[in-house]
Amino acid sequence: MDYNFIPLSFGELFSPTTAAYALATIGLAVHFGFTGLLNFGQAGFMAIGGYAFAITSVKWQWPLYGSVLATIVAATIFALILGIPTLRLRADYLSIVTIAAAEIIRLSVKTPEFSSITGGSEGINGAGATFNATNPLPEGSFGFGVLTYTSEQWWLRIVGWTVVGIALLLVFLLIRSPWGRVIRGIREDEDAVRSLGKNVYSYKMQALVLGGVFGGLAGAMFILPRSLQPDNYGTQLTFFLYTILLLGGAATVFGPVIGSIIFWVTLSLSDGLLSLGVNAQVIPITAIQQGPIRFVIVGVALMILVIFRPQGISGKKKDAQFSV
Amino acid sequence: MSNRTPPAELVAGPAVPGVAKINPILIADKVSRHFGGLMAVEVDHLEIPRGAITALIGPNGAGKTTFFNLLTGFDKPNTGTWKFGGKNLAHMPAFRVSRLGMVRTFQLTKALGRLTVLENMLLGAKEQGGENLFVALIRPFWRKREDAITERAMALLTKFKLDTKSEDYAASLSGGQRKLLEMARALMSEPEMVMLDEPMAGVNPALTQSLLHHILDLKAEGMTVLFVEHDMHMVNEIADWVIVMAEGRIVAEGPPGVVMNDPAVIDAYLGAHHDTDLGTLTGQMEIAEGMESALVKHEIEDEIEAGQETGIDVDPSTEHPEPGARTTESKGDDK
Ligand SMILES: Nc1ncnc2c1ncn2[C@@H]1O[C@H](COP(=O)(O)OP(=O)(O)O)[C@@H](O)[C@H]1O
Ligand SMILES: [Mg+2]
Repeated sequence: MDYNFIPLSFGELFSPTTAAYALATIGLAVHFGFTGLLNFGQAGFMAIGGYAFAITSVKWQWPLYGSVLATIVAATIFALILGIPTLRLRADYLSIVTIAAAEIIRLSVKTPEFSSITGGSEGINGAGATFNATNPLPEGSFGFGVLTYTSEQWWLRIVGWTVVGIALLLVFLLIRSPWGRVIRGIREDEDAVRSLGKNVYSYKMQALVLGGVFGGLAGAMFILPRSLQPDNYGTQLTFFLYTILLLGGAATVFGPVIGSIIFWVTLSLSDGLLSLGVNAQVIPITAIQQGPIRFVIVGVALMILVIFRPQGISGKKKDAQFSV
Repeated sequence: MSNRTPPAELVAGPAVPGVAKINPILIADKVSRHFGGLMAVEVDHLEIPRGAITALIGPNGAGKTTFFNLLTGFDKPNTGTWKFGGKNLAHMPAFRVSRLGMVRTFQLTKALGRLTVLENMLLGAKEQGGENLFVALIRPFWRKREDAITERAMALLTKFKLDTKSEDYAASLSGGQRKLLEMARALMSEPEMVMLDEPMAGVNPALTQSLLHHILDLKAEGMTVLFVEHDMHMVNEIADWVIVMAEGRIVAEGPPGVVMNDPAVIDAYLGAHHDTDLGTLTGQMEIAEGMESALVKHEIEDEIEAGQETGIDVDPSTEHPEPGARTTESKGDDK
């Protein structure tokens, strides 16, 4: 029997995918947790960021900094397009528009008309090349046991988590500032904040752009170690991010990181455990059913959490206490 | 009460609806708003005197709240213009109206529940540069201003007997305390004019007296007050001038003593509530008794107890939060 899955699962703790999901969820925390904006299209922001990065770096051969800039600009424009018509309206308009916009992006990039740029349903390969070229680490593999990574894998982990760290620091500084106070006030009651002389529309737009840029950068980070696949950006991605957000605690700065780690470690561990059970014929399911069952396990974990700890793992109890 | 501004200092001519004021701060013309076929507001001409306490009264559904919403930019009129201190306010968004110095409160209290009482107050302050996204990142840029407004906030909270609650979430306050917080918060920006929509509603009688004093203090500090109230006795205690609205129109205005005896006013009220005596001082309690509603009575009693917490007229030792706020978990937990 192979118990390697246990250390491998803990490798998920600091995998670049965990970092990318954490970053996208930090964006969602800015939107939903702190400002109260119901963005159901964070997958769309990730897709926009991923495509902006991949197209500029692979198809147009821009240097790395150019592609990063393009990612930020594209996510900002996407946020403005979504926000300008909806942020003056009732909260539910934003959710409908964002969920639709994310699907429009995913379906549009797959159409044959755009496939010379977007790669159609094949997606785009090799978006990580310009990033890997910046790797200053020596060749070879380091680590121990199954947690041995190549020089490129290490570089990606270091940079990915550094970006997450910077995003956390930014959000931390902003949320405890007067800007954060206005944002949290808007979450509670935007008319009250308006009556106190704050331009609520502008603040909501700022929050939408900020969280959207985190989502876009997360989309770019996500495709560094893999190819860009349009179907990775379906609605379920947004709901995974919401799961992570609620696991960690919606209105907390560090919740998204904790949530993302728990999400990926749980997925990976339950996968390993199920494999063991299936191979030993203890669990009466097939290997194909195993994939979806992992998500059932995460779903049940979320339900238990919401019942017993509605504020999330790192949330303050009082935050969940008042459902005002 | 003393210090009432005599009518002769407010108006020049006879007290008819729309009469010109000697020193108006707000002048509204032809302001109308309809919802479908219903004319909610149809104000031909109205002037609010500067530096005085003006009460806007009228039966439920008269259009008082809608008129407030229009004047403060929270709703758009079908027709009309109005000027505040000579500046045209029509089509101006609500936040700009507030910045000009005309700040309102809401009939349904809007305390920001998951912000602390102090944070609620600080949000009311003007000119905090740290509210800019980029400035916010560098604390030294906004720290000084933060200290200054915190000091002002604590002084106001002390005055409103909420200072001991400054670190509590606003959601944990009783209904009456939330009204006080909302009023104190509106004062953070040092407005020229405050507009209070039913500041006394749902507040127990003990707290009502202190609210009346706070409103009188605003006038003493040079502010203009316009407030909505049903109860003529309360209006009679503090208002310098009374404006009566019914079915969207201004039907009467004048000094409180005169307006109360105006047949048109009595008609407007009796037309709406045949069963309500005009100007019942402890109206809430009597209505509750009249309705024989255990629930309403219970709520009012809770209000009274909650009022005791703030130490108004009574010993402040008991701890009894309002049943509406979900404060079932013990305090200090997970803090
Ligand atoms: N948003 C709205 N939509 C439709 N009708 C409304 C709306 N707001 C107020 N009304 C109606 O306008 C009239 C005036 O209401 P309101 O201004 O709240 O009265 P008041 O504050 O004097 O009790 C009422 O008949 C009310 O039902
Ligand atoms: Mg009203």
